[in-house]
This record gives sequence, C-alpha cells and structure tokens, in this order.
Amino acid sequence: MTASDQRAAGRLALPRYSSAAGVHPPLDCPGYKSSRLRAPSQPLVPMPQRLTEITGPLFGAERVTAGDADLTTGRGGEPLGERIIVSGRVLDSDGRPVPDTLIEIWQANASGRYAHKVDDHPAPLDPNFTGAGRCVTDSLGRYRFLTIKPGAYPWRNHFNAWRPAHIHFSLFGRAFTQRLVTQMYFPADPLFPLDPIFNSIPDPAARARLISALDMELTQPDWALGYRWDIVLRGRTATVFETEGK
Amino acid sequence: MSEGITPSQTVGPFLAIGLPWADGPFVVPPGTPDSIVIEGRVLDGDGQPVPDALVETWQADPDGRFDHPDDPRGRAVAQGGFRGFGRSATNPSGNYQIVTLRPGPLPCPDGGTEAPHLDVSVFARGLLDRVVTRIYFADEAQANAADPVLASITDPARRATLIAAEAGDAAAGDAGAGDAGRTAGDGTCGRFRFDIRLQGELETVFFDA
Ligand SMILES: [Fe+3]
Repeated sequence: MTASDQRAAGRLALPRYSSAAGVHPPLDCPGYKSSRLRAPSQPLVPMPQRLTEITGPLFGAERVTAGDADLTTGRGGEPLGERIIVSGRVLDSDGRPVPDTLIEIWQANASGRYAHKVDDHPAPLDPNFTGAGRCVTDSLGRYRFLTIKPGAYPWRNHFNAWRPAHIHFSLFGRAFTQRLVTQMYFPADPLFPLDPIFNSIPDPAARARLISALDMELTQPDWALGYRWDIVLRGRTATVFETEGK
Repeated sequence: MSEGITPSQTVGPFLAIGLPWADGPFVVPPGTPDSIVIEGRVLDGDGQPVPDALVETWQADPDGRFDHPDDPRGRAVAQGGFRGFGRSATNPSGNYQIVTLRPGPLPCPDGGTEAPHLDVSVFARGLLDRVVTRIYFADEAQANAADPVLASITDPARRATLIAAEAGDAAAGDAGAGDAGRTAGDGTCGRFRFDIRLQGELETVFFDA
C-alpha cells in the first residue's frame, strides 16, 4: 500500500522513531544528589508516537549568525586557554545524516568557571569568554565549533567532587522524539571513574560514545588541536503501514 | 534499534548560558490576536520551586496542522509568525510562561481524534534526561474524554495532572512570573495554569514516547 492509498483509506501513514531503550541514564540516580527530589517516582507512561511526536521545530540558519560557531572571538580580545576545534556529524541510528539542524553549546572557561552568577567556584572569569555557541549542520550533517578547552570544576555533589571537562550540547533533530541534550567529554579523562553523571549511563559502550577523539586531520598545525565527536539521534524508520483490522 | 544512539546528560545548573532565547516564550509574536498565556511553576519533590529548569513546548497550529514535511496531510504554511515551539527558562520562583495560540484537534493514525494539546519537555539540573508530558485544556472536556493518551491513564487524579486550568485573566501570571505575559499585549484572550510537579504527591504524568 502506498502512502496515497493509505490516505485514501482514511488512515495516516507516519514515520516512526526507534526506541532509545537502555541508552539514556535512568532518571533516578542515587549517586547524583540533585536527582533525589527532581526525578519522577512514578514509571513513565508509554505513549505511541502520533503527529505531535513525529514532527518538531526545524530550526536552522535563521537562528544563527556567522560568528556563533566561534567562541574565541567577538568579545574584544582572545580568551585564555587551549584553543580547540570540535567537529563531527549528526546522524540518526540508521546512519542517515541530520542536515540543517540547530546545535547549541555552552561550557566553562579554561579555568573551569562558568560565566554565570550562580557559579561561585573561586577560579578566574575570563572577560573574553562567554562559553555559548551555536551552529547549524550542513547538508551532510556536519558541524564545527572553534572554542577553548574547558577546565574540570568542583561541584558539591559529594566530598571532593569534580566534573570531568565537558561541553554541553543541545540538539533538535527533525522531530520532538529526537530532541537531545547531552555532554561531550575529552579522551582519557582521569575523572571518568569518579563522576556520577558520566557513570549514570548504565551501558559502558553507550557511555564511551560521549567521549570525543583527538583527530590530527582536524587539528590545525600551529593553531589548534581538533576533537571529533559524532552525535547519533534516534533513527527514523520507513513509514509504518497499519495492517487491516489492527 | 537503540544501537549507537548518543545518551542524554543533564543540562546542569548553567543552562541559562546557552539555551534561553529572548523570543523563546513567544510561539506567536506579542500582540497576536487570540493568543493565550500558559504559565505555571516547576516544583520538586518537596514542593519547592525549581529555579533552573527549562520548559519547551511543541504543538499543532489552530487548524491542527504542522509546518513539517512529515505531516502526511501536507506541510502547513506557518501563519502570522506561528512557530509551534516555545521555550521558557524558569525564574527564581520556578515560574515559566508561554504565549501561544490554542492548538487544534488532531487525527490519530489508527482513527479517532486527539484533543488539543501541547507536547512538553522539561530539562533541569538533577534530570539526567528530559521528562516529557502533555498540556491539555480544562475547557475541552468533551474532546479530552475522547483522547487516547488521556484514556491510557486510568487514575483520574493522575490524569488531572495533564489538564491546564483556566486562570482568571489578571491572576497568576503577574505574581512574579516571567515577562512574557505582561508583554504579550492586548491580543491575549485567556490564561491557563499548568504546574509541573517532578516528584511526589500529585506528581505530573510523564511519558515515554
Ligand atoms: Fe557543566
């Protein structure tokens, strides 16, 4: 049955997004103190994907200006720290690129301090670094940021708690079901085994997918190290046709 | 297939650096005729406001259509700056606000009709993944009674957590909420209140879509 037959039959043929079962951290995570009063205690209610879930906002170039992918300029002077290039592709789990989609990032500066009034870590602020960036993937799903390698920072989750260096990433994909907010880490960080947020992901293979890779092809000589990180959103399967009587 | 999917991580306490937009709460531009304000608080398991959350909404337009290529009825042409999407960080009192148009009802793939609703994502420090809920409207009792998602929640008290109440026109929003409602202008024609309780008594129903 074709899509138009389907419509003629008075039914709607919708794409379907694959399950992310077992990938994301459970909301209830005793090692992460802030989850204690914020994680729902009731199980999530299964909800079939219908029109609202298989559509979503398609933000692209209109949300971004040219300099937004470069976090190292535009503030008057050069920020301190190690200049890095962060680049990769946004794909779905069937290997298809996700083009023209908005990516938003935010991060601490090289000293591990966020440009936010609530961050009272006694490390220096950098007047030349806000730590916020945006870009849109190209037609092949590629993105690229120029930024400063963020520092590790202490937090009050437990005694002597330190977060591994990370960059926060937010992605829309093409449907409500693909929306993702996550964090990118750097290779071989000695803080990994100690971090309850990183280790909240139950599957070690899934956890490893948050770690970028040093890439000498991305690295620019005498300028900046390159870290490659691909992001994979839930796959969009071929249109599902309801069978008669189902 | 979940193979290869990138796992979620919390937005952390500093999402305000990267995510809020000046026009975020405005699904339609300020002053749009027939616009409504949806507002409420995000509360934790102790009933305390969550001042560092982000509430996002996604919805059909008043005709029940989406400006999206995967809508099998054809892609709607956005009218009057309608964006479908709203984004509001909570303020220190845990309040969020969205200015939008009422969505229309939607046909279900297997027959039946979904009542007018918004899909909602909530992000916050302490949430390792977003939580997803829905906003329905109290004055759509008949449509709500026929809605398959509401019907899937058998406990009436839990089902009620998904229904936004009509708020008196001058009421809640001005009591320290964001600026969206105040700047929405004369076009607004209704206020709805929808609190999101992350945990505990009267915990909001959250979905796995
Ligand atoms: Fe962080």
